[in-house]
Amino acid sequence: MSRLKYLLRRIGMFFYKFRFFFMKLGIALLTLAAVVILSFILIVNMPGTVIDAFAMQLSVERRISLEQAYILAKQMLNYDPDAPILERFSVYLGQLLQGNLGISVKNNAKSVNLILRELLPRTLFVSSIALTVSFLFGTAVGSRTIWRRNSFGAKTLDGYIVVSNAVPDYIVALVFITVFAFRLGWFPNQGAYNALLEPGFNIIFILSLLYFAFLPISAHVFSQMSFWSMQMQGSALGVLGEDYINAARARGLPEKLIVRRYLKRNAMLPLVTQLAISFGVMFGGAPLMESIFNYPGIGQAFSQAIGERDYYVVQGILLFVSVIVIGVNLVADTIYSLIDPRIRRSA
Amino acid sequence: MITPSPAPKSRFREKTTRVLHELVRIFFGNARSAFGTSVLLFFIAFGLLGPFIFPYSTEIDVGAQLLRPSFEHPFGTDLWGRDVFRQIVAGTSDVLSIAFLSALFSVSIAMVLGMLAGMVGGIFDKIMLFITNVFLTIPSLPVFLILAALFTVDNPVTFAMILSIFSWAGMCRAIRAQIISLKERDFIQICRVMKMSNGHVIFKELLPNVGSYILINFIIVMKNAITGSVGLMLLGVASFEPTNWGAILTTAKNNGALINPNSYMWLFAPILCIAVFQLGVILLSKGLDDTFNPRLRVM
Repeated sequence: MSRLKYLLRRIGMFFYKFRFFFMKLGIALLTLAAVVILSFILIVNMPGTVIDAFAMQLSVERRISLEQAYILAKQMLNYDPDAPILERFSVYLGQLLQGNLGISVKNNAKSVNLILRELLPRTLFVSSIALTVSFLFGTAVGSRTIWRRNSFGAKTLDGYIVVSNAVPDYIVALVFITVFAFRLGWFPNQGAYNALLEPGFNIIFILSLLYFAFLPISAHVFSQMSFWSMQMQGSALGVLGEDYINAARARGLPEKLIVRRYLKRNAMLPLVTQLAISFGVMFGGAPLMESIFNYPGIGQAFSQAIGERDYYVVQGILLFVSVIVIGVNLVADTIYSLIDPRIRRSA
Repeated sequence: MITPSPAPKSRFREKTTRVLHELVRIFFGNARSAFGTSVLLFFIAFGLLGPFIFPYSTEIDVGAQLLRPSFEHPFGTDLWGRDVFRQIVAGTSDVLSIAFLSALFSVSIAMVLGMLAGMVGGIFDKIMLFITNVFLTIPSLPVFLILAALFTVDNPVTFAMILSIFSWAGMCRAIRAQIISLKERDFIQICRVMKMSNGHVIFKELLPNVGSYILINFIIVMKNAITGSVGLMLLGVASFEPTNWGAILTTAKNNGALINPNSYMWLFAPILCIAVFQLGVILLSKGLDDTFNPRLRVM
């Protein structure tokens, strides 16, 4: 009996110790629920003509009568506009739980899962490289400029930071594609890889992928780097006033060491959560960036689906991207509170 | 003989000069905010007076297609021979009103909800915190796209509303945090002990303390609204005044301005205007930050 009590107490302790994590998990799940409801609202508000048009298309393609096609359309979409709203919601939820995000009503009834599987890796490829590069360079620039605030180099970099903060990323993209792709012809203006190459895991194909992704990545980096520098400057400014920096100076440590070990490490800590937010921003900005660069990723598919009023693709992509962003946020928050125990209290 | 001027008038004048001095100190206090304020005032004047000085006609002039910049056409002409500079002038008030309305909406929402959450606390605060979290997590551009597709966006007010749906959340959270920390300070505690009314505490004690923050954020939201509105126009979901800078940019992009060197000015004129406006706004917000939070100067 006492053993059971002890065990229960240990379990309780476990939950208590990591309560910050369970709080975050709960909030993440609730956010997810909100997104699901939002995308269901999108489906409910879909005009009836969408299903009619889909049925028309099916009847032409499969040579069946319009009534049969209409029933088939409703079956394929798993959506009955005449059913009561709660029933529709439960059907919708059931489909989601089975991992079925719906089908396109425009593009040969292609399933959203397939679209995601094809296009998501490309967007992930571009945004993860861009995020890593801009984070590393941006934090380096930020801590260096704050350390030598009055040098000429720092002033120039400050100018760059302000200017690139002023210019939205898609404007950078427009300028880049006009100058480097159309005017100078150094980089391709569309596509994700050389169409003549056989996709595979070899060095030539990977180089081709990088070559085609170079402009999108550099446009992202150009506008994201200033964000990181600015965040780093703000954070480093707080660290500069700390006693341990003065103590390190007093001990006569080399400046490089102080910047790297004392300033940068401590200032970078709060930026970990920003990393997740920035990841979300990048995914959110993908529709615009990818349609400017004609880069066939998930963002371009999304904006195309919006243009064609392809509601199922829109809700599927929105839902999936939101799940990724929510998950990344959760992981970042957890990591942050593991690194920095002070956060757990306030959570 | 000199007659002394009546007392109330002079006091009034004194007060106005003091307020004016204060405004000048805030908005022209350092180089950055002075530059930012000048840019903002320039564009406001441009938007209000410009259309009368440089009237714009939509008439198509086949002989003047895609002209290079000249004295008559400072930014050249577009594919249909219309002056790009005059289009930009005509669109300025539109761009500014979207930015201003959007900032007004989101700042009001954030202020009311943030202060309520901070003051009331308890379960209301928890719920508000959750709602702001949801808005901060969901990627905003996709939802803008969806909203823009669901509602027809054809006037500045709808556009500003759609844009402000997502921009209030971060500000709301920050205001709430500030209110909570202010609530524990001595001067608010003293007000409580002295049984001052809630109205007094909110409007006379709390608001002045978060005022600078709200002003700076108002400006930042204006910047974000322009970024967002032009982005939506580029994706073609917001049909809008053809003279709006975003609409000019979109038309240029969709009509081969990326490829044709003759139409570069058509493409870059709106880009230049957007960039200069954003730069001014950012510098203004930074300058105001320096004026209100002078800790940077000391270090």
